[in-house]
Amino acid sequence: MFDRAPPTVLGRALTPNLFDIAALILILGALSAVAYGAHQTDVPLTVLDSSPISLDPWRLPEYALRTTLRMLAAIVASLFFTFVYATLAAKSRRAELVLIPILDVLQSVPILGFLTFTIVFFMNLFPGRLIGAELASVFAIFTSQAWNMAFSMYQSLRNVPKDLEEASQSFHLSWWRRFWRLDVPFAVPGLVWNTMMSMSGGWFFVVASEAITVGDTTVTLPGVGAYVATAIKEQNLPAVGYAVLAMLAVIIIYDQLLFRPIVAWADKFRFEQTASAEAPTSWLLDLFRRTRFLRSLAGTISGVVGNTTRIRLPLPQINVPRWRLNVPTPLIDGIWIVLIIVGTGWIGWHVFQFVASTLNWSDVKTAIVYGFYTLIRVIVLIALASLIWVPIGVWIGLRPALAEKAQPIAQFLAAFPANIAFPAAVFLIIHFDLNANIWLSPLMVLGTQWYILFNVIAGATAFPGDLKEAAASFHLKGWKWWRYVILPGIFPYYITGAITASGGSWNAAIVAEVASWGDQKLHAAGLGSYIAEATEAGDFQRVVLGIAVMSVFVTLFNRLLWRPLYAYAESHLRLG
Amino acid sequence: MLDVVKTGAEAALIELTDVNRSFAKANGDELVVLDNVDLTIKSGEIVGLLGRSGSGKSTLLRIIAGLVKPSSGAVKCRGELVDRPPRGIAMVFQSFALFPWLTVLENVELGLDALGVAKLEQRKRALAAIDLIGLDGFESAYPKELSGGMRQRVGFARALVVHPDLLLMDEPFSALDVLTAETLRTDLIDLWIEGRLPMKSVLMVTHNIEEAVLMCDRVLVFSSNPGRIAAEIKVELAHPRNRLDPTFRALVDSIYARMTQRAEPRPSSSEGIPGTGVGMVLHPISTNVLSGLIEAVAAPPFNGRADLPDLAARLQMEADELFHLSEALQLLRFGVLSEGDFLLSDAGRTFADLDTDARKKLFAQHLINYVPIISLIRRVLDERPTHSAPTARFRNELEDYMSEDYAEETLETVVSWARYAELFAYDEMAEMFSLENPN
Repeated sequence: MFDRAPPTVLGRALTPNLFDIAALILILGALSAVAYGAHQTDVPLTVLDSSPISLDPWRLPEYALRTTLRMLAAIVASLFFTFVYATLAAKSRRAELVLIPILDVLQSVPILGFLTFTIVFFMNLFPGRLIGAELASVFAIFTSQAWNMAFSMYQSLRNVPKDLEEASQSFHLSWWRRFWRLDVPFAVPGLVWNTMMSMSGGWFFVVASEAITVGDTTVTLPGVGAYVATAIKEQNLPAVGYAVLAMLAVIIIYDQLLFRPIVAWADKFRFEQTASAEAPTSWLLDLFRRTRFLRSLAGTISGVVGNTTRIRLPLPQINVPRWRLNVPTPLIDGIWIVLIIVGTGWIGWHVFQFVASTLNWSDVKTAIVYGFYTLIRVIVLIALASLIWVPIGVWIGLRPALAEKAQPIAQFLAAFPANIAFPAAVFLIIHFDLNANIWLSPLMVLGTQWYILFNVIAGATAFPGDLKEAAASFHLKGWKWWRYVILPGIFPYYITGAITASGGSWNAAIVAEVASWGDQKLHAAGLGSYIAEATEAGDFQRVVLGIAVMSVFVTLFNRLLWRPLYAYAESHLRLG
Repeated sequence: MLDVVKTGAEAALIELTDVNRSFAKANGDELVVLDNVDLTIKSGEIVGLLGRSGSGKSTLLRIIAGLVKPSSGAVKCRGELVDRPPRGIAMVFQSFALFPWLTVLENVELGLDALGVAKLEQRKRALAAIDLIGLDGFESAYPKELSGGMRQRVGFARALVVHPDLLLMDEPFSALDVLTAETLRTDLIDLWIEGRLPMKSVLMVTHNIEEAVLMCDRVLVFSSNPGRIAAEIKVELAHPRNRLDPTFRALVDSIYARMTQRAEPRPSSSEGIPGTGVGMVLHPISTNVLSGLIEAVAAPPFNGRADLPDLAARLQMEADELFHLSEALQLLRFGVLSEGDFLLSDAGRTFADLDTDARKKLFAQHLINYVPIISLIRRVLDERPTHSAPTARFRNELEDYMSEDYAEETLETVVSWARYAELFAYDEMAEMFSLENPN
């Protein structure tokens, strides 16, 4: 199941426009407000009555369950956010003007660097209770999923086939009914795909957010992430191994019990009018469909859901009095845009003042230079990962039997939160006394390189047989075969994988450029470590600056490099 | 199916007066799609809206359905002004417009759902409609499991189940293959004659002349640019109608003739009038098809002069498609349309006898002489020292006269014709025209 929609991080336009800048300022404004608020409350965080994390492997199932529950809560929240936000953006032209650029930028903002402040913010909401830290953790996962889910839904809503829209209008479907009968079903395949794609980010964030140091206090939430953090502190390598195993098990169970069934079920919402050759399957869904008791259970649930979506509000079907002042639309638009500009200007001024209170232009220069260090790391590592995984992916993809086995493994590796395995790598770097500036870098692509692999496998698998035969019959071999046959053939798939991989790597920089093993700290110069260290030091201004610079880097990187490449691949190299 | 005229003051089912519809063009001018259309639909008739694609007939249908608002003029349904989809009107779509995630039964029930019909009653009526339209046994199938013909039957069932007063059909058979379409047409007409269909009247949009004559009591011939009703033809043949019946053939022939004659002389000013000068809309037609048509008409039995219905039958083409082709040839002066016949010109006869290279030369000459946009591009390319020019320059010029879509279509045609004639080259990546061909 491969979605043909462009990766959501690409945004809509080639070049950043004024609205993107406004959106960036608005987001930074919100972040500054949170940071400022956190700064104001000097009250030390009351010691939480959480029991310390035990490294006993038998406690791991419980920890894993807690971690999984956080993931579930975040998905529910993301879905709710998606429905409201995307619908608003798709149905109101004026809301769209602001909401979509914000979404565009949010996808590039490394919220991970902001975890500390969100934790303080949420803990202030519930002083002295663990629920604040829990919410902050859920919020961190939410930020890794909600933006691209909302964007995918928005794109679907904007592309609802016109004839279906006319049909629901002409059959007088109410707004509520239309939403559930047309809009949501049409958006489901893209939504499921994007949710799956952001799972990796989700696991990554949940692990990172379970053990966070705020000033002198370390907040730990019982979970796999906190388990690993404790193992690092106690330099317990076997415990890291147990955590990796537990995580593997959790992801497999999650995939089998949640995502397989959903993907198989979502297949019926695909808009293609022809029956697909191979529909995704799930043993759990089959079980539900074939077992009488489970089927009736599912039937009852879907009946209840169906009735909810069928609710007819007791509104009479008369002309809803639309308050139509005789103001021309351009005038309202003008007022709206002026409001946005004034509001953005005001917020922008405050952000500037906040940052400028301790920092000056040389700090900005430093951040930008660090940004280039990280940029170089991302480029070099994606290039290296491509050199390694493209040939392997092609080799696997051209052997269907092998591809069938390898594909789920690659997909699974992409979902695995690489930060759990970081300690092992850090241990090796320290053990062999390697240069941290170089050897910490691979950690950035440790988790994201698999996107390249499984997209290339998918591309090679989908490569048309007749073209393979044509190439063979014209004796195309060696470099010519790569250059004229297979590389152009898999290019669209490769680009999709590389975009996801590079996006993930930027985010990973924040946890990969600084690492520790017991008391030993490793540090690689870059924007990621800049943000991470400013966070640890509680230097709010530097964090906001670092995040702003990284957002700009990521956005420009996506727009100026990936988007043109993707457009080229789609228009010239898409087969079939 | 004649209506008993009561007092004469009886409210018509649908009444359109002076309906206009226009869209804004890129340069801010208005593109008139519908021009002062008056139309009345009474109870008990099947009315056909017959016209070329792009003549605005689908827009008119959507205005009646309350899906599109007219720019001016009044639409009344049973005496009441229409400003939203009115009750009692159901629609069948060319593309079927079925919800792929709902089963046949759920699709059919959907229309009743919004009317607030109780669940049990819904089921009963939906099953009855499915039964009537011949879909028994397919209730739990999803649309993607059905053939095109079966899908359109679901479309009919979904429309019939709400018991509409007026059924609107937007080219309901044109996405189906010939055999399936014919079966569906006769099934529908049979049900209509037997009085088993719940609606009072039908309004159907089509570009298929025979289909209109086969099914309708009244055919309204639509002219394009701007769309207006050019003629009204009553069809008083008894059902079931026989396509081979001489009266039927004569009627079809006369409609062909009417649709090929120039409706009115074009206004003399050349600025901004679609269809003249640079602002001529060109439809993308492959040069292979054009040559093929010239060869077919030049060869026996036509020997240079073909009756359009005959030609359509022989080439298995829709009338609309043939119109586009023969008009393109007429534009290039390879032939002439007159009175429902297509005649090859001398140039057309010559073309048929030439080899590939000579054909290309003749084609190039005609393009330069008779297609203003192509001669303009060639002139600009000759004059510029670089011998290249961006497409945008010509697209902007076209958009002064036509919508963006038509401009795109026209450019596409220009590119493919000029490539065949080897007049100039086009680089899609750079969006540039140039005189350089790769050596």
